[in-house]
Amino acid sequence: MELILLFFIFTLAGFLGFELIAKVPSQLHTPLMSGSNAISGITIVGAIIAAGADDGSWITTVLGTAAVTLAMINVIGGYFVTDRMLGMFKKKDAPAKKEGSS
Amino acid sequence: MSREILINSAYILASILFVLGLKMLGRQATARRGNLISGIGMLIAIVVTLLDHHVVNYTWILVGLGAGTVIGLACAYLVKMTAMPEMVALLNGFGGLASLIVGAAEFFRIRGGTVVPENPTFTATVTYLTILIGGITFTGSVYAFCKLAEWLSGRAITFGGQHIVNGLMLVATLVAGVVYVVSGDPQTVLLAFAVYTLLALVLGWTLVMPIGGGDMPVVISMLNSLSGVAACAAGFIISNNVLVVAGCLVGTSGVILTAIMCKAMNRSLANVLFSGFGSAPAKAAAGGEGAIQGELKPISAEDTFAVLEAARQVVIIPGYGMAVSQAQHVVRELAEMLEKNGAEVRFAIHPVAGRMPGHMNVLLAEANVPYEQLVEMDAVNPVMPTMDVAIVIGANDVVNPAAARDKSSPIYGMPIINAHEARTVICLKRGKGTGFSGLENQLFLLPNTRMLYGDAKASLQGVVSEFKSLAA
Repeated sequence: MELILLFFIFTLAGFLGFELIAKVPSQLHTPLMSGSNAISGITIVGAIIAAGADDGSWITTVLGTAAVTLAMINVIGGYFVTDRMLGMFKKKDAPAKKEGSS
Repeated sequence: MSREILINSAYILASILFVLGLKMLGRQATARRGNLISGIGMLIAIVVTLLDHHVVNYTWILVGLGAGTVIGLACAYLVKMTAMPEMVALLNGFGGLASLIVGAAEFFRIRGGTVVPENPTFTATVTYLTILIGGITFTGSVYAFCKLAEWLSGRAITFGGQHIVNGLMLVATLVAGVVYVVSGDPQTVLLAFAVYTLLALVLGWTLVMPIGGGDMPVVISMLNSLSGVAACAAGFIISNNVLVVAGCLVGTSGVILTAIMCKAMNRSLANVLFSGFGSAPAKAAAGGEGAIQGELKPISAEDTFAVLEAARQVVIIPGYGMAVSQAQHVVRELAEMLEKNGAEVRFAIHPVAGRMPGHMNVLLAEANVPYEQLVEMDAVNPVMPTMDVAIVIGANDVVNPAAARDKSSPIYGMPIINAHEARTVICLKRGKGTGFSGLENQLFLLPNTRMLYGDAKASLQGVVSEFKSLAA
Protein backbone atom coordinates (compact mmCIF):
# COMPACT_ATOMS: atom_id res chain seq x y z
CA MET A 1 0.00 0.00 0.00
CA GLU A 2 2.78 2.38 0.94
CA LEU A 3 4.41 1.84 -2.46
CA ILE A 4 1.18 2.67 -4.26
CA LEU A 5 0.92 5.87 -2.25
CA LEU A 6 4.47 6.82 -3.16
CA PHE A 7 3.73 6.27 -6.84
CA PHE A 8 0.58 8.33 -6.44
CA ILE A 9 2.58 11.22 -4.98
CA PHE A 10 5.25 10.76 -7.65
CA THR A 11 2.75 11.02 -10.49
CA LEU A 12 1.07 14.12 -9.11
CA ALA A 13 4.40 15.81 -8.37
CA GLY A 14 5.45 15.12 -11.94
CA PHE A 15 2.41 16.87 -13.37
CA LEU A 16 2.89 19.72 -10.94
CA GLY A 17 6.50 20.16 -12.03
CA PHE A 18 5.46 20.42 -15.67
CA GLU A 19 2.78 22.99 -14.88
CA LEU A 20 4.85 25.09 -12.49
CA ILE A 21 7.42 26.51 -14.84
CA ALA A 22 5.81 26.28 -18.22
CA LYS A 23 6.45 29.96 -18.95
CA VAL A 24 9.65 31.31 -17.52
CA PRO A 25 11.35 34.35 -19.07
CA SER A 26 14.80 33.45 -20.37
CA GLN A 27 16.40 35.89 -17.91
CA LEU A 28 15.47 33.50 -15.15
CA HIS A 29 16.71 30.33 -16.79
CA THR A 30 19.99 30.24 -14.89
CA PRO A 31 18.56 31.05 -11.44
CA LEU A 32 15.75 28.58 -12.04
CA MET A 33 18.27 25.91 -12.90
CA SER A 34 20.59 26.57 -9.97
CA GLY A 35 17.63 27.02 -7.61
CA SER A 36 16.06 23.72 -8.63
CA ASN A 37 19.51 22.18 -8.47
CA ALA A 38 19.61 23.16 -4.80
CA ILE A 39 16.28 21.41 -4.27
CA SER A 40 17.71 18.21 -5.71
CA GLY A 41 20.02 18.30 -2.69
CA ILE A 42 16.98 16.96 -0.79
CA THR A 43 18.76 13.64 -1.07
CA ILE A 44 20.48 14.91 2.09
CA VAL A 45 17.50 13.51 4.00
CA GLY A 46 18.48 9.99 2.93
CA ALA A 47 22.13 10.79 3.60
CA ILE A 48 21.43 11.93 7.17
CA ILE A 49 19.52 8.74 7.93
CA ALA A 50 22.38 6.64 6.57
CA ALA A 51 25.07 8.58 8.42
CA GLY A 52 23.21 8.65 11.71
CA ALA A 53 22.00 5.07 11.85
CA ASP A 54 24.07 3.15 14.35
CA ASP A 55 24.38 -0.15 12.52
CA GLY A 56 27.80 -0.96 13.84
CA SER A 57 28.88 -0.93 10.21
CA TRP A 58 31.59 1.52 9.33
CA ILE A 59 30.74 1.28 5.61
CA THR A 60 27.34 2.90 6.13
CA THR A 61 28.80 5.61 8.34
CA VAL A 62 31.56 6.47 5.87
CA LEU A 63 29.18 6.46 2.92
CA GLY A 64 26.55 8.40 4.86
CA THR A 65 29.01 11.09 5.94
CA ALA A 66 30.31 11.48 2.40
CA ALA A 67 26.75 11.75 1.11
CA VAL A 68 25.80 14.34 3.76
CA THR A 69 28.83 16.44 2.83
CA LEU A 70 28.19 16.29 -0.91
CA ALA A 71 24.47 16.94 -0.60
CA MET A 72 25.13 19.85 1.76
CA ILE A 73 27.55 21.41 -0.75
CA ASN A 74 24.80 21.04 -3.33
CA VAL A 75 22.19 22.61 -1.03
CA ILE A 76 24.23 25.49 0.39
CA GLY A 77 26.12 26.24 -2.83
CA GLY A 78 22.92 26.07 -4.87
CA TYR A 79 20.78 28.34 -2.71
CA PHE A 80 23.44 30.94 -2.02
CA VAL A 81 24.70 31.20 -5.56
CA THR A 82 21.12 31.58 -6.79
CA ASP A 83 20.52 34.32 -4.26
CA ARG A 84 23.73 36.03 -5.34
CA MET A 85 22.67 35.95 -8.98
CA LEU A 86 19.15 37.16 -8.32
CA GLY A 87 20.56 39.99 -6.21
CA MET A 88 22.29 41.25 -9.33
CA PHE A 89 19.13 41.45 -11.42
CA LYS A 90 18.21 45.07 -11.02
CA LYS A 91 15.75 47.43 -12.52
CA LYS A 92 16.95 50.76 -13.77
CA ASP A 93 17.54 52.90 -10.65
CA ALA A 94 16.78 56.26 -12.20
CA PRO A 95 13.68 56.64 -14.37
CA ALA A 96 14.68 56.06 -17.98
CA LYS A 97 15.35 59.25 -19.89
CA LYS A 98 14.03 58.18 -23.23
CA GLU A 99 10.91 56.47 -22.03
CA GLY A 100 8.26 56.37 -24.70
CA SER A 101 10.66 57.08 -27.51
CA SER A 102 10.30 53.61 -29.00
CA MET B 1 4.18 7.49 16.62
CA SER B 2 3.62 11.15 17.37
CA ARG B 3 7.18 11.85 16.33
CA GLU B 4 6.53 10.26 12.98
CA ILE B 5 3.45 12.40 12.48
CA LEU B 6 5.48 15.50 13.31
CA ILE B 7 8.20 14.53 10.86
CA ASN B 8 5.78 13.76 8.07
CA SER B 9 3.83 16.97 8.65
CA ALA B 10 7.08 18.88 8.40
CA TYR B 11 7.87 17.06 5.16
CA ILE B 12 4.50 18.14 3.77
CA LEU B 13 5.29 21.72 4.76
CA ALA B 14 8.72 21.46 3.11
CA SER B 15 7.13 20.12 -0.08
CA ILE B 16 4.65 23.02 -0.12
CA LEU B 17 7.53 25.48 0.28
CA PHE B 18 9.42 23.83 -2.59
CA VAL B 19 6.40 24.13 -4.87
CA LEU B 20 5.79 27.76 -3.92
CA GLY B 21 9.48 28.56 -4.20
CA LEU B 22 9.78 27.06 -7.67
CA LYS B 23 6.68 28.90 -8.80
CA MET B 24 8.02 32.21 -7.51
CA LEU B 25 11.40 31.55 -9.14
CA GLY B 26 9.63 31.81 -12.48
CA ARG B 27 8.85 35.52 -12.09
CA GLN B 28 11.33 38.36 -11.93
CA ALA B 29 9.58 40.23 -9.11
CA THR B 30 9.32 37.24 -6.80
CA ALA B 31 12.31 35.13 -7.81
CA ARG B 32 14.60 36.02 -4.93
CA ARG B 33 11.89 35.47 -2.32
CA GLY B 34 11.00 32.20 -4.01
CA ASN B 35 14.56 30.96 -3.63
CA LEU B 36 14.49 31.93 0.05
CA ILE B 37 11.19 30.12 0.59
CA SER B 38 12.48 26.95 -1.01
CA GLY B 39 15.62 27.28 1.14
CA ILE B 40 13.45 27.44 4.28
CA GLY B 41 11.71 24.29 3.09
CA MET B 42 15.10 22.59 2.83
CA LEU B 43 16.09 23.77 6.31
CA ILE B 44 12.86 22.34 7.76
CA ALA B 45 13.41 19.04 5.98
CA ILE B 46 16.98 18.76 7.31
CA VAL B 47 16.10 19.69 10.90
CA VAL B 48 13.19 17.26 11.25
CA THR B 49 15.22 14.45 9.68
CA LEU B 50 17.66 14.87 12.57
CA LEU B 51 14.74 13.93 14.85
CA ASP B 52 14.09 10.69 12.98
CA HIS B 53 14.30 7.72 15.36
CA HIS B 54 16.69 5.93 12.99
CA VAL B 55 19.19 8.70 13.62
CA VAL B 56 21.12 7.97 16.80
CA ASN B 57 24.64 9.13 16.12
CA TYR B 58 25.06 12.81 15.34
CA THR B 59 28.82 13.16 15.23
CA TRP B 60 29.32 12.29 11.60
CA ILE B 61 26.19 14.06 10.46
CA LEU B 62 27.45 17.29 12.01
CA VAL B 63 30.87 16.78 10.45
CA GLY B 64 29.25 16.35 7.03
CA LEU B 65 26.87 19.28 7.46
CA GLY B 66 29.71 21.52 8.65
CA ALA B 67 32.10 20.59 5.87
CA GLY B 68 29.36 20.87 3.24
CA THR B 69 28.33 24.30 4.51
CA VAL B 70 31.85 25.68 4.42
CA ILE B 71 32.61 24.30 0.96
CA GLY B 72 29.18 25.31 -0.35
CA LEU B 73 29.52 28.89 0.88
CA ALA B 74 33.02 29.14 -0.55
CA CYS B 75 31.72 27.92 -3.91
CA ALA B 76 28.78 30.31 -3.88
CA TYR B 77 30.71 33.44 -3.03
CA LEU B 78 34.11 32.92 -4.59
CA VAL B 79 32.99 31.79 -8.04
CA LYS B 80 33.18 34.39 -10.80
CA MET B 81 30.01 35.02 -12.73
CA THR B 82 31.75 34.00 -15.94
CA ALA B 83 32.46 30.63 -14.33
CA MET B 84 28.82 30.05 -13.47
CA PRO B 85 28.17 27.31 -16.06
CA GLU B 86 30.91 25.05 -14.69
CA MET B 87 29.83 25.85 -11.13
CA VAL B 88 26.26 24.73 -11.83
CA ALA B 89 27.58 21.61 -13.55
CA LEU B 90 29.74 20.75 -10.56
CA LEU B 91 26.92 21.25 -8.03
CA ASN B 92 24.74 18.99 -10.17
CA GLY B 93 27.45 16.38 -10.06
CA PHE B 94 27.67 16.53 -6.27
CA GLY B 95 23.92 16.06 -6.00
CA GLY B 96 24.07 13.04 -8.31
CA LEU B 97 26.97 11.51 -6.40
CA ALA B 98 25.19 12.07 -3.07
CA SER B 99 22.16 10.16 -4.38
CA LEU B 100 24.39 7.37 -5.67
CA ILE B 101 26.03 7.07 -2.25
CA VAL B 102 22.67 7.05 -0.47
CA GLY B 103 21.70 4.15 -2.74
CA ALA B 104 24.97 2.34 -1.99
CA ALA B 105 24.61 2.91 1.76
CA GLU B 106 21.12 1.41 1.71
CA PHE B 107 22.48 -1.54 -0.26
CA PHE B 108 25.05 -2.23 2.45
CA ARG B 109 22.52 -1.74 5.25
CA ILE B 110 20.15 -4.24 3.67
CA ARG B 111 23.02 -6.60 3.03
CA GLY B 112 24.17 -6.28 6.64
CA GLY B 113 20.67 -7.14 7.78
CA THR B 114 20.03 -3.94 9.74
CA VAL B 115 17.29 -2.92 7.33
CA VAL B 116 14.74 -5.40 6.06
CA PRO B 117 12.83 -4.08 3.04
CA GLU B 118 9.15 -4.87 2.78
CA ASN B 119 9.44 -5.64 -0.89
CA PRO B 120 13.02 -6.71 -1.69
CA THR B 121 12.56 -6.88 -5.47
CA PHE B 122 11.20 -3.35 -5.64
CA THR B 123 13.87 -1.96 -3.33
CA ALA B 124 16.58 -3.63 -5.39
CA THR B 125 15.13 -2.17 -8.58
CA VAL B 126 15.02 1.39 -7.28
CA THR B 127 18.48 1.03 -5.73
CA TYR B 128 19.74 0.05 -9.15
CA LEU B 129 18.01 3.04 -10.77
CA THR B 130 19.33 5.46 -8.14
CA ILE B 131 22.90 4.33 -8.65
CA LEU B 132 22.60 4.24 -12.42
CA ILE B 133 21.11 7.74 -12.72
CA GLY B 134 23.23 9.18 -9.91
CA GLY B 135 26.38 7.77 -11.48
CA ILE B 136 25.61 9.10 -14.95
CA THR B 137 24.75 12.50 -13.44
CA PHE B 138 27.99 12.58 -11.48
CA THR B 139 30.56 11.74 -14.13
CA GLY B 140 28.55 13.46 -16.87
CA SER B 141 28.58 16.66 -14.81
CA VAL B 142 32.26 16.34 -14.00
CA TYR B 143 33.03 15.95 -17.69
CA ALA B 144 30.81 18.92 -18.52
CA PHE B 145 32.65 20.86 -15.82
CA CYS B 146 36.01 19.98 -17.35
CA LYS B 147 34.83 21.06 -20.79
CA LEU B 148 33.38 24.33 -19.51
CA ALA B 149 36.41 25.16 -17.39
CA GLU B 150 38.52 24.31 -20.44
CA TRP B 151 40.44 21.65 -18.58
CA LEU B 152 39.47 19.42 -21.48
CA SER B 153 38.71 20.29 -25.08
CA GLY B 154 35.25 21.75 -25.49
CA ARG B 155 34.89 20.13 -28.88
CA ALA B 156 32.76 17.08 -29.34
CA ILE B 157 34.93 13.99 -29.24
CA THR B 158 33.76 11.26 -31.54
CA PHE B 159 35.27 8.02 -32.69
CA GLY B 160 34.15 5.20 -34.91
CA GLY B 161 31.75 2.80 -33.23
CA GLN B 162 31.17 5.21 -30.36
CA HIS B 163 27.45 4.55 -30.32
CA ILE B 164 28.07 0.81 -30.45
CA VAL B 165 30.43 0.99 -27.48
CA ASN B 166 27.96 3.09 -25.51
CA GLY B 167 25.10 0.82 -26.54
CA LEU B 168 27.00 -2.28 -25.42
CA MET B 169 27.80 -0.67 -22.09
CA LEU B 170 24.16 0.24 -21.62
CA VAL B 171 23.13 -3.35 -22.36
CA ALA B 172 25.76 -4.62 -19.91
CA THR B 173 24.38 -2.23 -17.29
CA LEU B 174 20.88 -3.56 -17.86
CA VAL B 175 22.05 -7.18 -17.63
CA ALA B 176 23.93 -6.45 -14.41
CA GLY B 177 20.79 -4.77 -13.09
CA VAL B 178 18.59 -7.74 -13.88
CA VAL B 179 21.09 -10.13 -12.28
CA TYR B 180 21.26 -7.85 -9.26
CA VAL B 181 17.49 -7.79 -8.80
CA VAL B 182 16.80 -11.46 -9.55
CA SER B 183 19.77 -13.31 -8.10
CA GLY B 184 19.56 -14.62 -4.55
CA ASP B 185 23.23 -15.39 -4.15
CA PRO B 186 24.96 -12.68 -2.05
CA GLN B 187 28.25 -12.96 -3.93
CA THR B 188 26.58 -12.61 -7.33
CA VAL B 189 24.53 -9.68 -6.08
CA LEU B 190 27.64 -7.90 -4.80
CA LEU B 191 29.43 -8.49 -8.09
CA ALA B 192 26.48 -7.20 -10.13
CA PHE B 193 26.27 -4.16 -7.85
CA ALA B 194 29.96 -3.39 -8.40
CA VAL B 195 29.67 -3.91 -12.16
CA TYR B 196 26.70 -1.62 -12.76
CA THR B 197 28.00 1.07 -10.40
CA LEU B 198 31.25 1.18 -12.33
CA LEU B 199 29.49 1.09 -15.69
CA ALA B 200 27.15 3.93 -14.69
CA LEU B 201 30.18 6.07 -13.86
CA VAL B 202 31.86 5.26 -17.17
CA LEU B 203 28.63 5.84 -19.10
CA GLY B 204 28.18 9.34 -17.72
CA TRP B 205 31.60 10.21 -19.07
CA THR B 206 31.22 8.62 -22.48
CA LEU B 207 27.70 9.96 -23.05
CA VAL B 208 28.82 13.58 -22.61
CA MET B 209 31.99 13.03 -24.64
CA PRO B 210 30.44 13.48 -28.12
CA ILE B 211 28.58 16.66 -27.13
CA GLY B 212 30.27 19.91 -28.09
CA GLY B 213 30.59 23.15 -26.13
CA GLY B 214 27.79 25.01 -27.88
CA ASP B 215 25.30 22.31 -26.92
CA MET B 216 26.18 22.65 -23.25
CA PRO B 217 22.97 24.56 -22.35
CA VAL B 218 21.05 21.39 -23.22
CA VAL B 219 23.45 19.09 -21.39
CA ILE B 220 23.49 21.14 -18.21
CA SER B 221 19.73 21.43 -17.98
CA MET B 222 19.39 17.72 -18.70
CA LEU B 223 21.91 16.77 -15.99
CA ASN B 224 20.03 19.10 -13.66
CA SER B 225 16.88 17.18 -14.39
CA LEU B 226 18.65 13.85 -13.86
CA SER B 227 20.00 14.91 -10.46
CA GLY B 228 16.38 15.40 -9.42
CA VAL B 229 15.37 12.02 -10.81
CA ALA B 230 18.22 10.38 -8.88
CA ALA B 231 17.02 11.99 -5.63
CA CYS B 232 13.49 10.88 -6.45
CA ALA B 233 14.62 7.28 -6.98
CA ALA B 234 16.52 7.42 -3.68
CA GLY B 235 13.23 8.46 -2.11
CA PHE B 236 11.65 5.22 -3.29
CA ILE B 237 14.44 3.18 -1.64
CA ILE B 238 13.84 4.64 1.79
CA SER B 239 10.09 5.25 1.24
CA ASN B 240 10.46 8.93 1.90
CA ASN B 241 7.80 11.15 0.38
CA VAL B 242 9.66 14.48 0.51
CA LEU B 243 12.50 12.99 -1.55
CA VAL B 244 10.02 11.68 -4.08
CA VAL B 245 8.15 14.98 -4.36
CA ALA B 246 11.16 17.31 -4.45
CA GLY B 247 13.18 15.05 -6.74
CA CYS B 248 10.27 14.67 -9.12
CA LEU B 249 9.67 18.45 -9.21
CA VAL B 250 13.29 19.08 -10.13
CA GLY B 251 13.22 16.26 -12.66
CA THR B 252 10.19 17.52 -14.54
CA SER B 253 11.08 21.20 -14.37
CA GLY B 254 14.50 20.28 -15.74
CA VAL B 255 12.84 18.42 -18.61
CA ILE B 256 10.96 21.61 -19.52
CA LEU B 257 14.12 23.69 -19.52
CA THR B 258 15.86 21.06 -21.64
CA ALA B 259 12.98 21.15 -24.11
CA ILE B 260 13.16 24.96 -24.30
CA MET B 261 16.88 24.74 -25.10
CA CYS B 262 16.37 22.11 -27.80
CA LYS B 263 13.56 24.13 -29.33
CA ALA B 264 15.80 27.20 -29.42
CA MET B 265 18.15 25.24 -31.66
CA ASN B 266 15.42 23.49 -33.59
CA ARG B 267 17.01 20.16 -32.82
CA SER B 268 15.74 17.12 -31.02
CA LEU B 269 17.28 15.99 -27.76
CA ALA B 270 18.47 12.82 -29.49
CA ASN B 271 20.20 14.91 -32.13
CA VAL B 272 21.97 17.00 -29.48
CA LEU B 273 23.05 13.94 -27.50
CA PHE B 274 24.11 11.60 -30.25
CA SER B 275 24.95 13.46 -33.45
CA GLY B 276 28.44 14.54 -32.41
CA PHE B 277 27.60 18.06 -33.57
CA GLY B 278 30.63 20.34 -33.64
CA SER B 279 33.21 17.57 -33.57
CA ALA B 280 35.38 18.84 -36.38
CA PRO B 281 35.45 21.96 -38.49
CA ALA B 282 32.87 21.24 -41.17
CA LYS B 283 33.32 22.27 -44.77
CA ALA B 284 32.18 25.82 -45.26
CA ALA B 285 28.77 25.64 -46.84
CA ALA B 286 29.76 28.23 -49.39
CA GLY B 287 28.41 26.37 -52.37
CA GLY B 288 25.06 25.69 -50.75
CA GLU B 289 21.78 26.93 -52.04
CA GLY B 290 21.14 30.54 -51.04
CA ALA B 291 24.67 30.91 -49.71
CA ILE B 292 26.11 34.38 -49.61
CA GLN B 293 29.31 35.16 -51.43
CA GLY B 294 31.50 37.99 -50.32
CA GLU B 295 34.54 38.85 -48.33
CA LEU B 296 35.40 39.81 -44.79
CA LYS B 297 35.72 43.56 -44.40
CA PRO B 298 37.69 44.65 -41.33
CA ILE B 299 36.96 47.87 -39.48
CA SER B 300 39.02 49.85 -37.00
CA ALA B 301 37.96 51.07 -33.56
CA GLU B 302 37.92 54.67 -34.88
CA ASP B 303 35.60 53.83 -37.75
CA THR B 304 33.41 51.78 -35.42
CA PHE B 305 33.09 54.85 -33.25
CA ALA B 306 32.11 56.95 -36.25
CA VAL B 307 29.37 54.49 -37.18
CA LEU B 308 28.07 54.25 -33.62
CA GLU B 309 28.16 57.96 -33.04
CA ALA B 310 25.68 58.49 -35.84
CA ALA B 311 23.42 55.63 -34.77
CA ARG B 312 20.08 56.21 -33.10
CA GLN B 313 18.94 52.62 -32.68
CA VAL B 314 21.55 50.13 -31.54
CA VAL B 315 21.15 46.48 -30.68
CA ILE B 316 23.90 44.54 -28.94
CA ILE B 317 23.96 40.78 -29.46
CA PRO B 318 26.26 39.03 -26.99
CA GLY B 319 27.52 35.47 -27.25
CA TYR B 320 29.97 33.15 -25.60
CA GLY B 321 32.87 35.34 -26.80
CA MET B 322 31.72 38.08 -24.42
CA ALA B 323 32.02 35.65 -21.52
CA VAL B 324 35.43 34.43 -22.65
CA SER B 325 36.92 37.90 -22.80
CA GLN B 326 34.99 39.06 -19.69
CA ALA B 327 33.77 42.02 -21.69
CA GLN B 328 30.41 42.48 -19.94
CA HIS B 329 31.48 45.56 -17.94
CA VAL B 330 32.93 47.43 -20.89
CA VAL B 331 29.84 46.47 -22.90
CA ARG B 332 27.68 48.18 -20.31
CA GLU B 333 29.99 51.20 -20.41
CA LEU B 334 29.62 51.38 -24.18
CA ALA B 335 25.84 51.11 -23.88
CA GLU B 336 25.82 54.02 -21.43
CA MET B 337 27.97 56.11 -23.78
CA LEU B 338 25.60 55.38 -26.62
CA GLU B 339 22.60 56.36 -24.53
CA LYS B 340 24.28 59.58 -23.49
CA ASN B 341 24.83 60.19 -27.16
CA GLY B 342 21.08 59.92 -27.70
CA ALA B 343 20.81 56.38 -29.02
CA GLU B 344 18.43 53.76 -27.82
CA VAL B 345 20.24 50.58 -26.83
CA ARG B 346 18.82 47.09 -26.60
CA PHE B 347 20.47 43.82 -25.76
CA ALA B 348 19.16 40.92 -27.81
CA ILE B 349 19.64 37.58 -26.11
CA HIS B 350 19.36 34.27 -27.91
CA PRO B 351 18.08 31.48 -25.64
CA VAL B 352 21.15 29.30 -26.23
CA ALA B 353 23.79 32.05 -26.36
CA GLY B 354 26.63 31.02 -24.08
CA ARG B 355 27.17 27.77 -22.31
CA MET B 356 24.14 27.47 -20.06
CA PRO B 357 20.51 28.61 -20.17
CA GLY B 358 20.37 32.33 -19.39
CA HIS B 359 24.16 32.69 -19.37
CA MET B 360 24.20 36.13 -21.04
CA ASN B 361 21.50 37.51 -18.77
CA VAL B 362 23.53 36.65 -15.69
CA LEU B 363 26.69 38.25 -17.06
CA LEU B 364 24.94 41.47 -18.08
CA ALA B 365 23.17 41.62 -14.74
CA GLU B 366 26.55 41.37 -13.06
CA ALA B 367 27.66 44.39 -15.08
CA ASN B 368 24.57 46.29 -13.86
CA VAL B 369 22.68 46.29 -17.13
CA PRO B 370 19.03 46.74 -16.12
CA TYR B 371 17.00 43.76 -17.17
CA GLU B 372 14.42 45.88 -18.98
CA GLN B 373 17.08 46.50 -21.60
CA LEU B 374 17.44 42.79 -22.33
CA VAL B 375 15.05 41.62 -25.01
CA GLU B 376 14.35 38.12 -26.17
CA MET B 377 14.84 36.95 -29.72
CA ASP B 378 11.16 36.95 -30.65
CA ALA B 379 10.75 40.53 -29.44
CA VAL B 380 13.75 41.98 -31.24
CA ASN B 381 13.46 40.32 -34.64
CA PRO B 382 10.40 42.30 -35.80
CA VAL B 383 12.14 45.63 -35.12
CA MET B 384 15.52 44.54 -36.47
CA PRO B 385 15.10 46.36 -39.86
CA THR B 386 14.75 49.65 -37.95
CA MET B 387 18.09 49.17 -36.20
CA ASP B 388 20.92 51.41 -37.36
CA VAL B 389 23.65 49.22 -35.95
CA ALA B 390 23.78 45.69 -34.63
CA ILE B 391 26.90 44.90 -32.58
CA VAL B 392 27.60 41.19 -32.43
CA ILE B 393 29.96 40.39 -29.57
CA GLY B 394 31.44 36.93 -29.83
CA ALA B 395 28.21 35.35 -31.03
CA ASN B 396 28.30 33.19 -34.10
CA ASP B 397 25.82 30.46 -34.95
CA VAL B 398 22.92 32.29 -33.28
CA VAL B 399 23.22 35.10 -35.84
CA ASN B 400 24.15 33.02 -38.89
CA PRO B 401 21.62 33.77 -41.64
CA ALA B 402 22.45 30.39 -43.20
CA ALA B 403 20.13 28.95 -40.57
CA ALA B 404 17.26 30.70 -42.30
CA ARG B 405 18.36 30.54 -45.93
CA ASP B 406 20.75 27.73 -46.66
CA LYS B 407 19.04 24.36 -46.70
CA SER B 408 22.37 22.55 -46.94
CA SER B 409 23.62 24.11 -43.70
CA PRO B 410 23.76 21.85 -40.64
CA ILE B 411 22.11 24.56 -38.60
CA TYR B 412 19.31 25.13 -41.13
CA GLY B 413 16.05 25.71 -39.30
CA MET B 414 17.57 27.00 -36.09
CA PRO B 415 15.85 30.23 -35.03
CA ILE B 416 18.33 33.10 -35.11
CA ILE B 417 18.51 36.75 -34.20
CA ASN B 418 18.21 38.52 -37.55
CA ALA B 419 21.26 40.72 -37.10
CA HIS B 420 21.71 40.79 -40.89
CA GLU B 421 18.56 42.90 -41.22
CA ALA B 422 20.13 45.83 -39.37
CA ARG B 423 21.53 48.62 -41.55
CA THR B 424 25.06 48.06 -40.38
CA VAL B 425 26.42 45.03 -38.56
CA ILE B 426 29.63 45.18 -36.57
CA CYS B 427 30.99 41.81 -35.53
CA LEU B 428 33.58 41.53 -32.80
CA LYS B 429 35.65 38.44 -33.20
CA ARG B 430 38.95 37.12 -31.92
CA GLY B 431 40.19 35.84 -35.24
CA LYS B 432 39.06 34.46 -38.54
CA GLY B 433 38.19 31.01 -37.19
CA THR B 434 34.75 29.50 -37.42
CA GLY B 435 32.21 29.19 -34.63
CA PHE B 436 31.34 26.19 -32.54
CA SER B 437 29.49 24.46 -35.37
CA GLY B 438 32.58 24.81 -37.54
CA LEU B 439 30.64 26.81 -40.10
CA GLU B 440 31.75 29.95 -41.85
CA ASN B 441 29.26 32.55 -40.75
CA GLN B 442 27.56 34.05 -43.76
CA LEU B 443 26.66 37.12 -41.76
CA PHE B 444 30.33 38.11 -41.84
CA LEU B 445 30.30 38.12 -45.65
CA LEU B 446 27.35 40.46 -46.11
CA PRO B 447 27.98 43.84 -47.75
CA ASN B 448 26.74 45.74 -44.68
CA THR B 449 28.91 43.78 -42.20
CA ARG B 450 32.21 44.99 -40.80
CA MET B 451 34.58 42.89 -38.74
CA LEU B 452 36.24 44.34 -35.65
CA TYR B 453 39.00 41.83 -34.95
CA GLY B 454 40.72 41.29 -31.63
CA ASP B 455 39.82 40.52 -28.06
CA ALA B 456 36.27 41.79 -27.50
CA LYS B 457 37.15 43.58 -24.29
CA ALA B 458 40.15 45.38 -25.77
CA SER B 459 38.26 46.31 -28.96
CA LEU B 460 35.36 47.76 -27.00
CA GLN B 461 37.68 49.66 -24.71
CA GLY B 462 39.11 51.26 -27.84
CA VAL B 463 35.66 52.36 -28.96
CA VAL B 464 34.72 53.60 -25.48
CA SER B 465 37.87 55.68 -25.22
CA GLU B 466 36.95 57.31 -28.54
CA PHE B 467 33.62 58.27 -27.01
CA LYS B 468 35.39 59.56 -23.92
CA SER B 469 37.76 61.72 -25.91
CA LEU B 470 34.75 63.17 -27.68
CA ALA B 471 33.14 64.07 -24.36
CA ALA B 472 36.34 65.60 -23.01
